[in-house]
Amino acid sequence: MQRDRGGTAVLILLAIGILLVLILNLALPESSALHLSTYTVTLWGKYLCYALLALAVDLIWGYCGIMSLGHGAFFALGGYAMGMYLMRQIGDRGVYGHSVLPDFMVFLNWKELPWYWYGFDQFWFAMAMVVLVPGTLALVFGWLAFRSRVTGVYLAIITQAMTYALMLAFFRNDMGFGGNNGLTDFKDIFGINLQADSTRVAFFIASALALGLGYVTCRYVVNSKLGRVVVAIRDAEDRTRFLGYKVDRYKLWLFVLSAVLAGIAGALYVPQVGIINPSEFSPLNSIEIVIWVAVGGRGTLYGAIVGAILVNYAKTFFTTALPEVWLFALGALFVLVTLFLPQGVVALFRRKQEPA
Amino acid sequence: MGLPFHFSTPPRWLIVLSLVPLWLAGAFDTVQAQTRDFAAYLEALAGSDFKQKGEAMDRLAALQDPRMLPMLQALLDGRLYSRKSDKRFVTAERTGRDFVISDVLTDQVLGKVAKRKLAKISLNNPLRTKLRGIIARLHIHDKNPSVRLLAVAEIARNITPESGLLLRETLTAEQDPKVLEAMRVALALLEIQSADKKTRLEAIVTLSGEPSTEVRNRLATLVEQRPDGGYVEAEVEVREAAARALKSIDLKMSLYGLLETTFFGLSLGSVLVLASFGLAITFGVMGVINMAHGEMLMLGAYTTYVVQLLMPNHVDLSLFVAIPAAFLLAGLAGMLIQLGVIRYLYGRPLETLLATFGISLFLQQLVRSVFSPLNRSVSTPSWMSGSLEISSALSLTYNRIYILAFGLLVFAALLVILKKTSLGLHVRAVSQNRAMAKAMGIRTTRVDALTFGLGSGIAGVAGVALSQLTNVGPNLGQSYIVDTFMVVVFGGVGNLWGTLIGGLSLGVANKFLEPYAGAVLAKILILVLIIIFIQKRPRGLFPQKGRVAES
Repeated sequence: MQRDRGGTAVLILLAIGILLVLILNLALPESSALHLSTYTVTLWGKYLCYALLALAVDLIWGYCGIMSLGHGAFFALGGYAMGMYLMRQIGDRGVYGHSVLPDFMVFLNWKELPWYWYGFDQFWFAMAMVVLVPGTLALVFGWLAFRSRVTGVYLAIITQAMTYALMLAFFRNDMGFGGNNGLTDFKDIFGINLQADSTRVAFFIASALALGLGYVTCRYVVNSKLGRVVVAIRDAEDRTRFLGYKVDRYKLWLFVLSAVLAGIAGALYVPQVGIINPSEFSPLNSIEIVIWVAVGGRGTLYGAIVGAILVNYAKTFFTTALPEVWLFALGALFVLVTLFLPQGVVALFRRKQEPA
Repeated sequence: MGLPFHFSTPPRWLIVLSLVPLWLAGAFDTVQAQTRDFAAYLEALAGSDFKQKGEAMDRLAALQDPRMLPMLQALLDGRLYSRKSDKRFVTAERTGRDFVISDVLTDQVLGKVAKRKLAKISLNNPLRTKLRGIIARLHIHDKNPSVRLLAVAEIARNITPESGLLLRETLTAEQDPKVLEAMRVALALLEIQSADKKTRLEAIVTLSGEPSTEVRNRLATLVEQRPDGGYVEAEVEVREAAARALKSIDLKMSLYGLLETTFFGLSLGSVLVLASFGLAITFGVMGVINMAHGEMLMLGAYTTYVVQLLMPNHVDLSLFVAIPAAFLLAGLAGMLIQLGVIRYLYGRPLETLLATFGISLFLQQLVRSVFSPLNRSVSTPSWMSGSLEISSALSLTYNRIYILAFGLLVFAALLVILKKTSLGLHVRAVSQNRAMAKAMGIRTTRVDALTFGLGSGIAGVAGVALSQLTNVGPNLGQSYIVDTFMVVVFGGVGNLWGTLIGGLSLGVANKFLEPYAGAVLAKILILVLIIIFIQKRPRGLFPQKGRVAES
């Protein structure tokens, strides 16, 4: 990790962020001018989840050339798994006061919990599902796609079709995931109120740690021998195959790892925003992730983190200040970055010190 | 009840004769006397006794007064009131919070009044049914055959010996074959209750040629078994005939159902095909996906909207102006995108995808800012509205027929362009092997721009067609990218025949799955099937032949 200056900077910044939040939000009284509002903490917690998601996309796009326009689906699936756990935690405090069934099921006149909701009252089970569900989907989908050598734009559109199909499916009420409204009205986690300042800060720290850990994992993977092969696949897939490497297995492994990271990001995201609904599956969301990575600079890992935070910060600013302009800006961003900044913003700082 | 009907007995002409004095009376009576009766019955109609109301309706219907039909229609629609101040009967039209009322007897407009000044003439459900029957019987003499047809259908729904009598007497004078057929069916529905076995059998034969749910239900009651073991229909022979007729009706209905589903599928498919041609061409030639392709559809649809705004009095002609306008506009936009952005991203298909997606967001927001985010409605020209009625169980709407035909027309035109013109030759050469084509002196950048213009122009034209089926809004094109791409992949890249057959078969498959799986699940199933299909045939149904250079 000695030569990874950007990565070291990111990790140091994360540590500083955690310290700042602990001091400015928890230690300082609210009256103080330096006090950091819990709203800001949660907002940044959200950005960090997006950053982890972007990291997952950069891992496959930047290093393996797999452009997935469906990573929002893995993110949302992880989020739904977490949401289901939080839903079961509500218990009989829902509007209808049913001891087992969530409100929307009582509303739909369901009598029993569907089988796929079993076990989600246990935290360990929910956490296992956060990893297993996106991972399994990525495994099956990736196996089908890479085996028949679906690459490039084909793969991009098929992943988009996947998330589109999932969105349509989750919009249906009889799927048992709350339909249009999704899962919301969460109360607490481990018996601690979700709205409490300390819980919010804890989630921020958890997101920061997850991002840091995710970064180290990804860095380790791309620096390993496997990482070298993956880069070779990105640059000359056929040649690597002819050299005797099982290209589809490498790709599949990386794709599953990336999906799992996205799922974890989703699971951390849901308790902070307090809702998960099918619009998270929308193709626009997934393609936005790709543009975060492109803005930051793909194939660098830390660039993805920078890009996700930059674009989302701009989005928060524009959608409140100039909502009309945001889509124009986003559209222009897509065009300008691909035309004039193919290496992303981190290239602006890097070029002089270490040629790409 | 239970009047037996015999075609050869005198009552038929006797009844016709007996009606003549009524007609004459209506013509020669002084207007005043009739108005007096009319007013008296109206009085009874306004009372609270529903039995008296019913009798008053019958009397009114017998009056042969031209004012009566609009009055009864107003009564049925709940627009008939009596003014509290002077007990005059009025029809009321709501305007804002008040009502504009006009006198029923004199047809004179009495001005605006508040609702509390009026008392509504109320009805109950049995009376409403009765009233509908009366109005239908009055409509049966209408000059317009389609009005007569509706009237006959209304009578058939609730046929009584009296209305049967009426049908029989109008049958002789009826010229329109459709109305005539409907009348025969209605009469057969009555004759099925006849005491005469032969009449019943004949009625069943007539009914067996009429595949409608009403007839089917009526016949089904004949073969029903009562709880005590006996049958509703006592005669075995009649029951067997009814069972046969039922079978033939069921067969016909399922056949028509099949035809209808196929037609809906083809119509959906033709929309997909129209939307996919442009993508197929650009993807085939340049290997890049234009994510703004859906927005070219949207531009075409909005062009239709603007053209109709500019020529509001010529809606029938507007499409003929809109089609070339949309082609030019969308084509120009496409060429701009190619020359301004895509040209610089040559050899980087994934970046092209991102950049064109940005353009699509930009265009959507542009339309939102210019036209508002709400959907705009585009009116349908008169020659496209209505439907082609093949039988009472199967009617095909004209707009879908025209769009299907239009899709085939565009396909033929594209085939000619690609096979017979020099541009087509160049396009095919570049799509087969870009480097070789360039080496042979084909100006590939020019071909790229023209192809992009052509593909986008076709998409614009498809947008004009789409505007006739769905609402025109900023999100119109967004939903088509995945669908159109699936069509192109399924059919095989760079092959127009593949696109045509792929699109049509996807449309038909979608519509056939829908009744079993529901619309959303059908769509998901199709997506999954295509993903599995690509496993087996990665190059689509019709892979491009020739020495295609692998990337």
